[in-house]
Amino acid sequence: MLEARIAARVGPLELRIDLSLDGETVLVAGPNGSGKSTLLRLLLGVLRPEAGRIALDGAVLFDAETGIDVPVEERELAYVPQDYALFPHMDVLGNATFGLAPLDRRERVRRATAWLERLGAGDLVHRSPSALSGGERQRVALARALARTPRALLLDEPFASLDPIARRQLRASLTGWLREWRLPALIVSHDPADAMLADRIAVLERGRVVQQGTLEELRRAPGSDFVAGLIEAAPVPAGAD
Amino acid sequence: MRSGRSSAWGAAQLVASAALVSFLLLPVAALVLTLGWADFAGGLRNPLLLPALRLSLFTTGTSLALVVVLGSLLAWRVARHPGRVSRWMEAITQLPAVIPPAVAGVGLLLAFGRRGLLGSWLAAHGIAIAFTTPAVVMAEAFVSAPFFVQAAIAAFRRVDENLLVVARTLGASPFRAFLRVGLPLAAPGLVAGAAMSWARSLGEFGATLLFAGNLTGRTQTLPLAVYTAMESDLRAAQALSLVMVAVAFALLFVLRRMAPGAALPGPGVRGA
Repeated sequence: MLEARIAARVGPLELRIDLSLDGETVLVAGPNGSGKSTLLRLLLGVLRPEAGRIALDGAVLFDAETGIDVPVEERELAYVPQDYALFPHMDVLGNATFGLAPLDRRERVRRATAWLERLGAGDLVHRSPSALSGGERQRVALARALARTPRALLLDEPFASLDPIARRQLRASLTGWLREWRLPALIVSHDPADAMLADRIAVLERGRVVQQGTLEELRRAPGSDFVAGLIEAAPVPAGAD
Repeated sequence: MRSGRSSAWGAAQLVASAALVSFLLLPVAALVLTLGWADFAGGLRNPLLLPALRLSLFTTGTSLALVVVLGSLLAWRVARHPGRVSRWMEAITQLPAVIPPAVAGVGLLLAFGRRGLLGSWLAAHGIAIAFTTPAVVMAEAFVSAPFFVQAAIAAFRRVDENLLVVARTLGASPFRAFLRVGLPLAAPGLVAGAAMSWARSLGEFGATLLFAGNLTGRTQTLPLAVYTAMESDLRAAQALSLVMVAVAFALLFVLRRMAPGAALPGPGVRGA
């Protein structure tokens, strides 16, 4: 379970976040500049909140009062940014094994290859990132992040760099994977179509979570114009009226 | 009207290019063309050559190592932590590039000489730097550091921050992220900076002469040997100069092979 109750000021933006996710997928939606990516950087430990507390499965990652601030590399949070950030000077296998440094080489390769195969990228191991399509890059980035068996997954605009066909295919694949793994996942997106990925949606406006609930709950009582627009553009889930 | 203007503009570019290229090439060509093989062979037997060559390779290698290690860490700090302190550090490391070498020599003497700011304290503890081989290394490091540091800052700034953040989330400590991601991605820029820095320190003359002197085998580097030979034998000075040019070209060739993407001087190289 990932819990964050934090306050931070980053440039002109003042964030006050109260959010928790427990084995579920939460979509953080909001207009540009609402603080979505900043929230991810605060959770990751790249930025330091001014106040509050972040905990993961009961372990405190940050606590302003006690001064606890676990470094980024020890937080066990997987992160896939919008451009996937594959290391351009390493091949796919080098990327996928990067996070498995404490293991011996054979085990690193075995585990990374297993994840690449699971995500449909098993035949790409010796390819350079520059030779991959957007969809392939995303699969490799996900395999690299998940090979470390993280406790939670943070995705920043996971489909923004893809063409519409790849976006549809990968959205469907990711929906299935997230259900299968039951890994707490926080997905930042401004695309209403990504609502189908999430168990719950948290709407962020001007640094505050202004409304959260299931897509259906938001549909029944949209709390702002942005939420109303989001719901209107979101696909209707199968079985809904 | 328009075509007349553009042809005049084209002609101006050609004339300016031809004039500058000729001016830059002529002295180097003169070094080669005005020396016969027998004079060159004679120059190679000049007793100043070998000690100066050995000393130059040793001192420039040592100063380059110092500049690269310290400069890389400083450049990483400046590139990754922008702010007032970083701006000041960057400005200070560029100072030696605009200070005339002779003035740098006086400054080094006043800082590290026997009666210098720090030198007097060092002398009291039995450490003398001025007019020794370490003084040559220091003079070379002083004048050449800005070339490496500036290139390294630019190269490190070009490394996408997201790659470093992802490396950290994959368990890499800040040092490992630097070593495995930052350093390899900045390598072409670092190699180019190291080559320019090395070339500058190989040619260093004024600061070395004032701070380290001109003692054969101890502080007489190749440029100082050329200067000394000039006083008695122009042909010997010319042969020594050609050796210097050959050493510089050989090193540039090796570096270009080591880092094909580096923006090093030479035909066919595109700036990064």
